[in-house]
Amino acid sequence: MDKATVGFAPWDAAAAATMIAEMQDLPGACLPILHRLQGEFGYIHDEAVPLIAGALALSLAEVVGVIEFYSDFRRTPPAVHQVQVCLAESCQAVGSAALAERLTEVLGTEIGGRSADGRFDLRPVYCLGNCACSPALMIDGLLYGRVTPDRAPQLLAEVWP
Amino acid sequence: MSAWIPGDSGACSVGADDVARAIAAEAEARGLPADFHRNGSRGLYWLEPMVEVDTAGGRVAYGPVTPADVPGLFDAAFLEGGAHPLRLGLVADIPEFARQDRVTFRRSGLIEPLSIDQYRAEGGFAGLEAALAMTPAAIIEAVTASGLRGRGGAGFPAGLKWQTVLDQPAGPKYIVCNADEGDSGTFADRMLMEGDPFSILEGMTIAGLATGAAEGYLYIRSEYPAAALAMADAIQLLQDAGYLGRSVMGSGRAFDVQVRIGAGAYICGEETALLESLEGKKGVIRPRPPLPAVQGLFGRPTVVNNTLTLATVPAILAGGADAYAAHGVGRSRGTSVMQLAGNVKRPGLFEVPFGVTLDELVNGCGGGTASGRPLRAVQVGGPLGAYFPASMLDTPIDYEAVSERGGMLGHGGVVVFDDTVDMARQARFAMEFCAIESCGKCTPCRIGSTRGVEVIDRIIANEERTMNFALLDDLLEVMRDGSLCGLGGLTPLPVSSALRHFPEDFARTARHEGVTP
Ligand SMILES: Cc1cc2nc3c(=O)[nH]c(=O)nc-3n(C[C@H](O)[C@H](O)[C@H](O)COP(=O)(O)O)c2cc1C
Ligand code: SF4
Ligand code: FES
Repeated sequence: MDKATVGFAPWDAAAAATMIAEMQDLPGACLPILHRLQGEFGYIHDEAVPLIAGALALSLAEVVGVIEFYSDFRRTPPAVHQVQVCLAESCQAVGSAALAERLTEVLGTEIGGRSADGRFDLRPVYCLGNCACSPALMIDGLLYGRVTPDRAPQLLAEVWP
Repeated sequence: MSAWIPGDSGACSVGADDVARAIAAEAEARGLPADFHRNGSRGLYWLEPMVEVDTAGGRVAYGPVTPADVPGLFDAAFLEGGAHPLRLGLVADIPEFARQDRVTFRRSGLIEPLSIDQYRAEGGFAGLEAALAMTPAAIIEAVTASGLRGRGGAGFPAGLKWQTVLDQPAGPKYIVCNADEGDSGTFADRMLMEGDPFSILEGMTIAGLATGAAEGYLYIRSEYPAAALAMADAIQLLQDAGYLGRSVMGSGRAFDVQVRIGAGAYICGEETALLESLEGKKGVIRPRPPLPAVQGLFGRPTVVNNTLTLATVPAILAGGADAYAAHGVGRSRGTSVMQLAGNVKRPGLFEVPFGVTLDELVNGCGGGTASGRPLRAVQVGGPLGAYFPASMLDTPIDYEAVSERGGMLGHGGVVVFDDTVDMARQARFAMEFCAIESCGKCTPCRIGSTRGVEVIDRIIANEERTMNFALLDDLLEVMRDGSLCGLGGLTPLPVSSALRHFPEDFARTARHEGVTP
């Protein structure tokens, strides 16, 4: 995974319709389509909902229901950088609380919020599968391990554009 | 001269990529010709980044290596196995590796994960070749005889599940590999997907041959982007080489696999929620019956197995059911892939025969706590597993033994806590996790978990303790007996085990202020 791949295209209904058309015949296409749209545009634009519903013969409510059920899917544009801090047991056992607190201080937001400068979303995650290198953190899809609270500002500085 | 530097995302999370770059640059600067390979991880994470070199006597390891160590390693001629403070000796002789019995993980860390040649050279496809010469009934008989049980949590006999699918009328059937690995403290599926992806696909293919399924789905959680990339590449390579597709190894029998990515819902690890998710819906539990083996994906008979269950099958068919069943104890046959994490000196993956005790794992392999403080509790089996006190470390790792002691083995995660842990907080977290991840289908889980958090908060705050303890007991009973699936039904395990074994932590708030009760 490359750090340089961060950044999304502006919403484009025609491009979205093309992607949906390409994928609508996949069995159980809804999640793959949502992942593709979010990967492209960063979030699921409201205008995408009727496009998906039409292509998959679902109701608008069904599509919205799926988007809202899964914590990965967003209906509003994300910050440029996604910071996911693990708050599950293995990381708890070696100080994820202190790490999380440090992150909230540095970014000036609560867990689940956006940094004061609007560039970072700070999200909780319950296990990154890096428990043997706890405490763990993921920034823009890249995994970090043995992250002491003091290392957190430096890691964020690395992705600061 | 060749060196092996793990490309495993856990190893890279502590600098393996930086080490690989430093080694390549240093070799070039010194004009040394060398082959550099990126392998998976051996699972000895306290030694990661662990670099291995080929020597006449076998693979020699150095670790944990930082980029700053690299010039010194070259000065010490590490590429030829030279002496250096970081030299660990032969991998096979590292004590925590030597005491393992690697079956499912025998190739992880040994080979380049996407090399078909290296996979074959280390026994890959021998199981598939054997299966292609067998009848479906004979394949299932071998899996049954091996005693292999589901590694995803429930420990259901794999052969029995496959037999049910085989017995269904012909027509589309599916093999679903559950790589959702939501349990905290576990990472074996991730390691295997990144370190030996072909073994999973080989296992799925054998399951297809055994049950008459021609299509497979691999459902991977979205938190594992590197694993998803590795699996997609592995599928492409096997398709191109004729191991997957219309005619598996020229047999005329079809099997193919697609990857699907989850979207951040723990509940989608439960097999019926996973099937709903694969169908493009909300991950809400299906009532059963019908069993997925009868009516699963798109209403068709479906095998849902954990990644490790499937990946173990090729070794069983290649080496014989008896050889596998020779490991283990009682009704827990074969090897157990244990994942040790939390506050432990040597965290990692240890594949050991069933029957080894928690003490041998936590203290023998793991070396006790990382902090050096006394060990107070271990949580066995993920977020829905019980907390055991240090006095119960004599428990053998075996499905039945763990459940007799009020716990469950789950996917094999063990998380260690030292004496600074506050077990009332851990119990509260278990309830909170259930509330966050509940699919919302049934009230005991959806409402019960939220109430549970509130009640534990009141106990911690010393409010109306007698009444709140009684309320908590009732809640636990309702959740245990009235929930539709294991999320609501098993959340009482960590909570009640914390209450039972660590009552002092619920006794008063003073503990948090450092006052002894
Ligand atoms: C709440 C919940 C979460 C689960 N999560 C997983 C998981 O992440 N991975 C998994 O393989 N099984 C998980 N399971 C177990 C599956 O429902 C199912 O038993 C398993 O995939 C069957 O495969 P196996 O027989 O090979 O273990 C979960 C069960 C429950 C109740
Ligand atoms: S126990 Fe919880 S997760 Fe399971 S079906 Fe009920 S509400 Fe859904
Ligand atoms: S518990 Fe934090 S990475 Fe697994």
